[in-house]
Amino acid sequence: MDQREKIISVKNLVKKFGDFEANKNLSFDVFKGEIFGFLGANGAGKTTAIKILCGLSSPTSGEISVAGFDAYHETEKIKKNIGYMSQKFSLYSDLTVKENIRFYGGIYGLSRDTIKRKTKDLLEKLNFSEHAGSLISSIPLGWKQKLAFSIAVFHEPKIVFLDEPTGGVDPITRRQFWDLIYETAHTGITVFVTTHYMDEAEYCNRVCIMVDGRIDALDTPENLKKQFGADNMDEVFVRLARAEKK
Amino acid sequence: MKTFINFVKKEFRHIFRDVRSMVILFGMPIAQILIFGYVVTNEVKDAKIAVLDLSKDEMTVEITNKLTSSGYFLLVDNFKSEDEIELAFRKGEIQEAIIFEPGFAKKFVKDGKAEVRIINDASDANTANMLANYTSAIIMNYSFAESGVNGASGQIIAQTRMQFNQDLKGAYMFVPGTMALILMLISAMMTSISITREKEMGTMEVLLVSPLRPVQIIVGKVIPYFLLSFVNAISILLLGFFVFGLPVNGPLALLLAESMLFITMALSLGIFISTIAKSMQVAMFISMFSLLLPTMLLSGFIFPIENMPQILQWVCHAIPPKYFIVIIKNIMLKGTGFEYVWFETLVLFGFTVFFIVMSVFKFKTRLE
Repeated sequence: MDQREKIISVKNLVKKFGDFEANKNLSFDVFKGEIFGFLGANGAGKTTAIKILCGLSSPTSGEISVAGFDAYHETEKIKKNIGYMSQKFSLYSDLTVKENIRFYGGIYGLSRDTIKRKTKDLLEKLNFSEHAGSLISSIPLGWKQKLAFSIAVFHEPKIVFLDEPTGGVDPITRRQFWDLIYETAHTGITVFVTTHYMDEAEYCNRVCIMVDGRIDALDTPENLKKQFGADNMDEVFVRLARAEKK
Repeated sequence: MKTFINFVKKEFRHIFRDVRSMVILFGMPIAQILIFGYVVTNEVKDAKIAVLDLSKDEMTVEITNKLTSSGYFLLVDNFKSEDEIELAFRKGEIQEAIIFEPGFAKKFVKDGKAEVRIINDASDANTANMLANYTSAIIMNYSFAESGVNGASGQIIAQTRMQFNQDLKGAYMFVPGTMALILMLISAMMTSISITREKEMGTMEVLLVSPLRPVQIIVGKVIPYFLLSFVNAISILLLGFFVFGLPVNGPLALLLAESMLFITMALSLGIFISTIAKSMQVAMFISMFSLLLPTMLLSGFIFPIENMPQILQWVCHAIPPKYFIVIIKNIMLKGTGFEYVWFETLVLFGFTVFFIVMSVFKFKTRLE
């Protein structure tokens, strides 16, 4: 497994806000084409870590490289090579489907022809062609979610960060959404996903669980279940949290 | 650069697609100018008066004629007794009553003085005051002229001239003030709202993660409002000129340059507000209270700063529109050049720098 290409490499990452240590000495690697789940309760330090990986915030110390670029000095290059989707889906509701795609394609510097060609392909793939001119505010939540994801990978980034991408969506749509994620991972794009839903953690290739600013567990879902003697990821998580309290 | 233009295009799309923005951007300036120009006016015209002439001689008739032919007053009634006055005031039929004492002309010739009483409806204090002043001025003029004829000498005649606004037109006051108010509101409020909206919708996060630099995002958001505000400034000047006959006596280029500076100042204030405000509501609230009311009340737009209590006067000095109003009044009405407004210009420039520095500082600490 370790022969695969490392796309994210984090060694001894520490991030402090004054006296508060949000990330306490994190170390992990993410490999190319992997679906990497990043789990943890609110306030466990997930968001802080993602911000650093996306080049929005500087680490206090540690060696971090994302897509081959240094997280201290090469944040601009990192930004060009990643995609990002937040739990709010982040589409402009007063613009049409097509205008949103064109705008986000445009800020990543894609040429007009490329955008046109890829937009057509994308709309066909999602069966959206007839809604190309609809305002975002008029389309259902599930579609917005798919569209937001497709836009996040529109410029063919090396890594896509999904920050709780399935919030507020029904189970069927969530399942469909994960199909989309698998498809993307098959094309070689690495998927870095945070989630609250423990059943979703099972879909990941590997899962990293953060508790209180530290990584408490990092392995495949199968191994974690074995290790903690649990039937599902939910139990794994509960046991970890209990261990923490003791 | 291409990505940047793409961004600016998107901003224009947001504005043109939102009916509310369009109304605020283009409806408000025109409505405000017309309202302030026509409705809120200090000018006296056709004020309704009534006369109780207990003397009925050639002098009182002549004075009455002088009053009515001045254009300020409209004679609606001739009363026979004082009781009628009270009633007419209560009914709101007249704004002023003038009473000449019996034997007016006789007394004036014999004693050199005669009495006329002016009674005003002071439920509207400002108008009452103004009407009384106008009336007494006309009567004084008449009496000076008459006493000259009658050989009495040694009278001092004060001649007043209203420099820079000879007809005391309200529009001369209101157009500069409204211009400051509108540019301030549109530039600061609209940008702060549009930036906080991106924060609220979560699109700001995505923009920050994208290769766009924060400076590009901010400048891209501001450019459309800069252009639209400038268009507004020009349309206000045109309205002022064609509808109210407000001249531009000084250099037009300087006036436009000063307007651009003021717009830039307001935009940087808008950016600053958006760094403090977490939501659109908060941004709107801050804009309304920190911009609209102070600009109306404390900038010298409506109420003269010199008459305020000392503490309020200090507050007034911290209000940017005050300086802009001084600048445009100077250029438009007095026709002065840069040498008379350099200080105010410098202050506006200082405000701009201050707001930008504060915004950058706020922005940095939040990202850390």
